[in-house]
This record gives sequence, structure tokens and C-alpha cells, in this order.
Amino acid sequence: MAVLIDNDTKLVVSGITGREGTFHALNNKSYGTNVVAGVTPGKGGQDVEGIPVFNTFRDAVAQTGANVAMVFVPPRFAADSILEAADAGIPLVICITEGIPAHDELRVYTHLQRTGTRLVGPNCPGILSPGKANVGIIPASFFKEGNVGVVSRSGTLTYKIGNTLAQAGFGNSSIVGIGGDPVPGTSFIDVIELFQADDQTELIVLSGEIGGDAEERAADYIAEHVTKPVVAYIAGFTAPPGKTMGHAGAIVSGSKGTAVAKAEALEAKGVRVGRTPTEVAEIAVEILGG
Amino acid sequence: MDLLEYQGKQLFARHGIPVPDGRPARTVDEAVAAAKEIGFPCAVKAQVKIGGRGKAGGIKIANDEDEARAASDAILGMDIKGFTVHEVWIETAAPQIESEYYASIVFDRGAKAPLIMLSTQGGMDIEEVADSNPDAIATLHVDPLLGFQDFHGRRLAFEAGIDADLVRPVGAFLHQLYGTFIAEEALLVEVNPLIVTPERKVAALDAKVTLDDNALFRHPDNANLRDPSDEDPQEQMAHERGLTYVKLDGDIGILGNGAGLVMSTLDVVAHYGGAPANFLDAGGGSKAEAITSAVEVILSDDKVKAVLFNIFGGITRCDEVANGLIEAFKTLDPKVPFVVRLDGTNDVEGRKILADASLPNVHTAATMDEAAQKVVALAKGEAA
Repeated sequence: MAVLIDNDTKLVVSGITGREGTFHALNNKSYGTNVVAGVTPGKGGQDVEGIPVFNTFRDAVAQTGANVAMVFVPPRFAADSILEAADAGIPLVICITEGIPAHDELRVYTHLQRTGTRLVGPNCPGILSPGKANVGIIPASFFKEGNVGVVSRSGTLTYKIGNTLAQAGFGNSSIVGIGGDPVPGTSFIDVIELFQADDQTELIVLSGEIGGDAEERAADYIAEHVTKPVVAYIAGFTAPPGKTMGHAGAIVSGSKGTAVAKAEALEAKGVRVGRTPTEVAEIAVEILGG
Repeated sequence: MDLLEYQGKQLFARHGIPVPDGRPARTVDEAVAAAKEIGFPCAVKAQVKIGGRGKAGGIKIANDEDEARAASDAILGMDIKGFTVHEVWIETAAPQIESEYYASIVFDRGAKAPLIMLSTQGGMDIEEVADSNPDAIATLHVDPLLGFQDFHGRRLAFEAGIDADLVRPVGAFLHQLYGTFIAEEALLVEVNPLIVTPERKVAALDAKVTLDDNALFRHPDNANLRDPSDEDPQEQMAHERGLTYVKLDGDIGILGNGAGLVMSTLDVVAHYGGAPANFLDAGGGSKAEAITSAVEVILSDDKVKAVLFNIFGGITRCDEVANGLIEAFKTLDPKVPFVVRLDGTNDVEGRKILADASLPNVHTAATMDEAAQKVVALAKGEAA
């Protein structure tokens, strides 16, 4: 069945008239995603290669029945756009934008907890359910349909792991990038819960990195609630403490949040951890009996 | 971005938080003039972004002009744990102190809410207090949409065991500190010590502030506080070019796209016995110029003996990366070997462009593991 996005997805893209927004909206459409609308204030009535543009999310939802929003606007406008999509009643918002102020993320997150809207991202590559829908910037041609669910904090690393699995002959149910920011709207646990309930998914790959304690929390959750096999990868074994490694979330302070601590926490709960992306694929092959 | 103590205090003062009067100085003459304005005795404090200044001799009390001159002369230019002192802060010598408390607000990403901490065990390393006597620290998460309420202050003050007559002033102090945290979009504000004077007044005797770089566009005054002199030259160069670069200790230059992939590349290089010289994320959608620029940053570190390019194209196109590398070879004429692995969007085109250019001393690899093994060998002076 895949998770979060599939054949029922009707996508509205905020920032569709921007250069990157246009490129990726059309890219998603050509993959087969049902892109029903775009939103750019003041450009209502126009269209982007046949995709109608609306002034507001409310108009877009009323006219097209859009049920997934992708936010592709610059960081200073992104929080507002996410909140507008939620206000229009869209149940799933995927935010690609990188560099949103942390306090904006905090307000958005806290508000969304009180609504029925789920946010994936920000600062994420989006979601790909191979053969069904692609929302975001994941290069879909590297992936095929299959039974491995991938959830990752990092974009390019997600592609790398997915590609390594594909080369080993495996496809994916869904690939979910949750993003590398300090306040992700959706956590590892949220996505693992979805994969556990998804018929198509037989193995779950979790790709984490240094910083925070999301991987440790996921380890506890997996031990209690997950019956499907989980393979993990953690990036940042060689990261020196006190340095931010690109992702706002990827900073090691003190002993907590290190790659070693995360790998140990996962292994202690029975999750196998590959030390390189190749090793992750090898473990997956071994488990699935490929 | 971390602020210097005095920058944090100036920020506090703008929000009505009581701090001792002071002036910054970059030269001995400026420091002496500042001391005369402030009056004696005064404190001459080294401004560096590292703890343990006092023990290192970076804080001295001056009772007259000569002592102010001698103290600032000794402290300016001093090396404290690898940080050179470029600035001193001349401050009214601490008033009599009855008690030293601790107060801070951190952006708690685990709980996804600001966390306020208050303790009567100030003046020492709070991590030691947290280890040895965790009950001595009162903590509270604030709902970011509700904001700080007066009862939050009372609850923290009573739980921390603060004297009854100080519950109200400490609560008011925390309220102002929270206001600063929100208004300036900080990730950390820490006051250690928060002092109590014999007149039963509270004041911030130190200030540690970390601001959110992503929010600086809304705070141009704060953005101007960035001091390029305390950045590593390569990091500064990368920063100016909009690249994410972190200098490391090894001899293998690394370039990749995407923070996770670069971190993973460092790990794989280390796994095969190499030592990365840097973390460099050329970012999503890297154009040829960005790649040329990134190569220049990597090669400006003269410890680099070999360079690894690990690109997985998503938004980034491998043909752009290949063109950027060719341009870099034209302008920079690098003397060290390169290993290049291109995968993802337009990888076939990218590999063809590189093959056609037949750059000297550029090796290709099909996988990340092969690339890492090759670059480790090359850095050791062995054949790839």
C-alpha cells in the first residue's frame, strides 16, 4: 500500500511559480503524481503548464480537493505557508524548504499538534512511493517498487542507501525523508509506526545521524511495538564534538547524540546497524533472503 | 552564532535585564580610557568564546589606571585554550555578592519547547551540579504558544529553594530572560552567576547567548556581531561563498552534496584508515561555479594530500559537478590527486565529460567504498 502518499494523492504546490518550484512540481507530475494545483498569492488564475494556480490554499482545496501540500517557498515565508495549508484543512504538508528559523519551526510544530495536519520536514527531500507518487526532490529513477520502507533524516544519504538496495535487487514501499532540522514535524517513530501497519513493507531501514535523541527514542519504540525487521544506519562516527555538520540538527554535544551512542542504543534493542551504506544493503539482503 | 560575553550583556540590557555597566575595548589605550569612564575598581575581562577564562588569567581587577593598563596589556593577545583574545570588556567590579544563582533557557529540541532551568548552585559548572545534585536544578518547559506566565517564575523559584523575598524578583528576571530568548530568537541564554547583592537585588554577572543563524535576517543588528577573526581562515572563506565547511585534522579533502552523505563519506574514509581534512557540503543544486569555489576552499588547506568527490545527484546534476571540476583544474592547477565518484542525476553525462577532459591525476570510482579505498591509498602516496 505504501505510506503517506499513493495513487489517491492530490498535490497542491506552494511556490509553484518559482524556478525550483516549477521544476520539481513538473518533475513530480511527469512521474505520475496527481498535481492538481499550485498556490502563489497574486497569481491566481494563471497556470503552470496546465496546473491551475490559486491565490490561497483555501481556494485550491475548494476547487480541486487537494489533500497533500508541498511547500517550496523561501525560508522566511515557509512557516506561514505551512500554517495556511493546515488552516485550509490539508491533512499532510511536506516542506522541502531549508533554513527556516528554529523558533518558527517550534511555533508551527506546536500549533499543528492541535490540528489534524501532519507536517513532514522541513528541510527534507520529500516522499517517494515508487510506482505511485513522488512528492519532493527525490530522484525517482533510482528506485523501484518493492517491500523495503526507508525513513531518513538526510536527503542524499537516503538516495544513496535506496540506490544501494536497488542494486542488490530490492525495491521500496515508500521512502520518507523527515529532514535534518531541530524540530522535524514527523519523527522516526511516526513513520516506523506507519511502516509497521503497511502491508507492502516487509523490512524497515532507518537512516539517522548525529545529534538529538530521535534514534534512541526510535530504538525503544521498535523494541516495544515493531515486529518487522529493522536495519539502521547512522552517519557521523567521525564528527568532532561541538561542530555543526551542515544539518542544523547534526551537532554533537557531550556524550549524548554521538553516532556510537545511537548505534549502541539501537543494537541493544536488537536493531542491526550497518557501518557503511553498503553494509546496510548487505544486512537487508541477508534478512530478506535475497 | 555564539555571542561574546559583552555582546550578550548588551543584548540583555536592551531587554531591561540588570547587568553591570561596562565598555568593550580592542586596544590598551581604549581599555584605559574605558576604565577611567567606568571608575575604579573595575574588572578587565578577556572576551573569548570558551569557558575557564578566570583560571587562565583572563580576568583581572584593576584598582587604578596603571593596573588597568597592565591588566589589559597582559590580557589582549593572550591565548586561552587556542582562542586569541582580540577584545576585553571593562566592567564595574562586581558589587558585593551574597549569593550566586544559575538561570538559563535552552531550545529543547527533544521536548520541542523552551526549557527554563533555575538553581541556587550558581557560579560553578552546571553540568557538575546536574551530575552530583540534580534535585538542585528546577526545570520547566514553556508552551511556546502560551509563553511565559508569572506562575512559571514562582514555581521555578519555590522549587529551586530560593529565599522567599527573592521569589518575585527572580521570577521577574526569568520573565525578562524569556522575553529576550523569544525576541532575539536565541537557542540558548545562560546566566551563571545570577548574583544577589546585599541590597537583595539580582543581576546577570555573566551572559552566554547562542543565536539562531537562520533567523539573523530578521535581526540585522545581531547579524553584524559576527566576528570573522575568530573563524578559521578556510571556514571563513567557505562561509563567504555560502558553503558549509568544517575543518578537521586529517589530510584527505572531502567534497559531497548533502550533509548526511558528506558525514557518511567521512565515516567510510575513516573506516578504510584515512583521515578526513574537512567536511564540505556543496549543497543541493550545486552549479559549476560552486564546485570550483569549493575546490579552492579545500586546496587552501595545505595539509590536504588527496581529494575525494562523492556526489549523489538529486537536485545536483553530475554534469554540472564535472564541469565545475574541469574549471577548477584550469584555474587552480591542483598538485594533489583527486578521486571522483558521480552517481545520480546525469551521472552518465558527468562521467563522460570527465573522461573526455582526461584531467591529470583524476581517478574515478564506481562505488563509495572503492572511492574511499582509492583516496586513502593516494593520500599515503601509494598507487590507487
